[in-house]
Amino acid sequence: MSLAEPSLPRRAFTTRLNGFLANGGIVLLLILLIAVVTAIIQPRFLNQQNILNVLRNTAILSIISMGQMLVMIVGGFDLSVGVIVAFASIETALVMSALLQWMPEMQFLAVVLAVAIALASGAAIGMVNGVLVARLSLSPFMVTLAMSSVIAGATFYVTKGIPVYGMPEFFTHGVGRSFLLGVPTVVVVGLLVVLTTIAVQRLTRFGRHVYAVGSNPVASRQSGIPVDAVLVATYAISGLTAAITGILLTARIGSGQSTLGGTFVLESIAAAVVGGVSLLGGSGRAERVLLGALFLSLVSNSMNLMRIDSKFQTLVLGAVLLAALCFELLLRGRRKYG
Amino acid sequence: MTHASKLLELSRISKRYGPLLALDDVDFDVMPGEVHVLFGENGAGKSTMINVITGNVGPDGGSYRLLGNEVRTMTPQEARRRGIAAVFQEFSLVPDLTVLENLFLGRERRIAGLLKRAEMRREADAFIAKLGFNLPLDRLVVDLPRAQRQLLEVAKALFEEARILILDEPTASLTDTDADRLFDLLFEMKRDGVGIVYVSHRMREIRLLADRVTVLRGGRKVATVAGADVSEAQLVEMMVGRPVGDLYPAIAHKPGKPLLEIEKLSSVDGRVRDVSLAVREGEIVGLAGLVGCGKGEIGRLVFGLDPISGGSVRVKGKPVARFSPRALLRRGVCYFPADRATDGLAPNRPIRENASAAALDLKRFGGGGWLRRRAENSKVREVFERLGVRPLRLEQTVLQFSGGNRQKVMLARGLMREIQIFLFDEPTVGIDVGAKAEIYQLMRDLAEGGAAILLISSELPEILNLSHRIYVMHEGEIVTHLEGEQRTEAQVLSGFFGKNRTKAAA
Repeated sequence: MSLAEPSLPRRAFTTRLNGFLANGGIVLLLILLIAVVTAIIQPRFLNQQNILNVLRNTAILSIISMGQMLVMIVGGFDLSVGVIVAFASIETALVMSALLQWMPEMQFLAVVLAVAIALASGAAIGMVNGVLVARLSLSPFMVTLAMSSVIAGATFYVTKGIPVYGMPEFFTHGVGRSFLLGVPTVVVVGLLVVLTTIAVQRLTRFGRHVYAVGSNPVASRQSGIPVDAVLVATYAISGLTAAITGILLTARIGSGQSTLGGTFVLESIAAAVVGGVSLLGGSGRAERVLLGALFLSLVSNSMNLMRIDSKFQTLVLGAVLLAALCFELLLRGRRKYG
Repeated sequence: MTHASKLLELSRISKRYGPLLALDDVDFDVMPGEVHVLFGENGAGKSTMINVITGNVGPDGGSYRLLGNEVRTMTPQEARRRGIAAVFQEFSLVPDLTVLENLFLGRERRIAGLLKRAEMRREADAFIAKLGFNLPLDRLVVDLPRAQRQLLEVAKALFEEARILILDEPTASLTDTDADRLFDLLFEMKRDGVGIVYVSHRMREIRLLADRVTVLRGGRKVATVAGADVSEAQLVEMMVGRPVGDLYPAIAHKPGKPLLEIEKLSSVDGRVRDVSLAVREGEIVGLAGLVGCGKGEIGRLVFGLDPISGGSVRVKGKPVARFSPRALLRRGVCYFPADRATDGLAPNRPIRENASAAALDLKRFGGGGWLRRRAENSKVREVFERLGVRPLRLEQTVLQFSGGNRQKVMLARGLMREIQIFLFDEPTVGIDVGAKAEIYQLMRDLAEGGAAILLISSELPEILNLSHRIYVMHEGEIVTHLEGEQRTEAQVLSGFFGKNRTKAAA
């Protein structure tokens, strides 16, 4: 014990540094670093068009990552978010084009209905995941993996892999490529989703219960928290945010695609982990996951600008995730409960 | 009409866990304004009783009346709603939330769906001040020392304004000052007509608080007596119940040279501090203490399962440089964990594999990476015969065996290779008396054959009857070392609470 005493001032500094790094400081530093380095090597990085592009990608990724984060806080994973994106995309396009043929003058209603149906089915798929995890105590990993296969199979069966067209311009241009108050609509939606999640986490009982259930389910049950309902709700929200992502992407590319969203499983988990969400559950904050999403979008944008091969980009994404996991493990070592 | 005056009345409650009858036809009731103490050994059924009352466990038989009304099924939520609050030994706190958030967990104050944070803080401030506890509202529970977690646990239960309060060893890690404060609060609650169920081993607390004491043994109720006119000796006799000596073999004490020497050992998490002890050839050394005192941690530290922050260990006179189970097994040290299900055995694998798991690096069984199944089989069979595993079916999985046999499978590991130093952590928890006796006999055989045995146990009779020497731990430190005639129940018990420090326990 006495050995540690001479190094006490240094310890205080490193503790503070650790605190900063542990609370997202390192991600912030990396974001700045990448932005500066990319801007120097490729001045195109600072083009308005490119900046908007990064913001759009960040918005899309952070929406889906909000749901993934909630599921991870309760100690699970949602591997089905990718196929829910594709499913929502196909569903939106199919329902919208069908409604338009049936009632061609009522574009607005068709869009609203199609979007509502896609959102509801995303949430419903998530709910089924949640019920299987909560009531049958199945592993989230297996449940959502199996669900992925079911949904992907259904999507391909319906479309045979062919894109679905026939959506009104009101939707594709109005949602996908428009601006609200000078900001892309997608970014506005992303901000709303993130702000809502922050509010839920900080201000609502549900947010509190999500942390509690992830941190100690037994204690939560004893404290009278409806643990199963909380679990089901988080998976439902994850399905919902995946559906939102699918709808936004569909509007942006102008067709329903069954191949959409494949990379989102890894990317949303990566954004969450880079954003400091613990794999053990119990902790994670929306604002930091937003940073994680921004970081990943920047990395990918930077590599695109530098014309790095897309296969190599996949490698980098995996490496970033592994690095973030190791970092989390290091932090976890300092916080042992018992 | 008699029912109406009782807050809680359980009659003929039974609960079976597999082959183990945890509660057998037990009656228990609580009157308003009384403290009713539950007393008994570990495994006597106290926890099961509490879990039945709080709805965590559904009884297999018997009736449950609350305020005179028959209750069919009780759930934790329902129990809380109807005024039953409990302080559990395993903390019901959420580590990643703050003290304030934990206090209101499951009963958050809200307006229009949003948390009323300012109001909750005011309410908590006032409540904590009223209790007179030192609890920082904004600290995360994970960062709180154990004593403060315990206080928070108590505070959480008192916050409910319960009609029935259940406390399971609430003072296990409290300071005397905090404990006294708690007793004052309990007296206040008694005056308000709250019924209190109190589980404790501590005589001082039973003296101070108990109106009635119900003694449980092996899942059965021995008696319910008035707290005022029962002596400690009587209680212990009722608790132990059997003529001591039947179960425990006489073990010759011919100590040789020290085989295991621990010096100033400390753990990284601070649960063990500067512990020194030695075990000699042909000796059983008991390590006693309350749950959570750090005694179980010693075995884990020595065997390299948890990180060490300071101190040294010598095996057969030579210092241990690498603390890993593999290295220690090779030097003849084997640790037998208390939680066999999670730490010790692979439940869905055959007992043969479980027994030989720690010996496959030996040339005899696994030289050059190839298994020698015939050698493995015959040795495993020999060991199981010696241990009296019945039925002797090597290919059955651990799950197909009872608790006693599972422990024997665990022990078989130590007999598969040359082990001279045995670290037993709660070796007889949850197993029946017959298997207990066999395990004790094995320990005698091992000790008389020259092995060094460290017996870590919460069962006082076990410690008193088997150990040649006894160390007692309290809050991570060894406070007492007892030899020869000093090895009495009273001496060990007072060590439990950090009193009776002996010089030898340096």
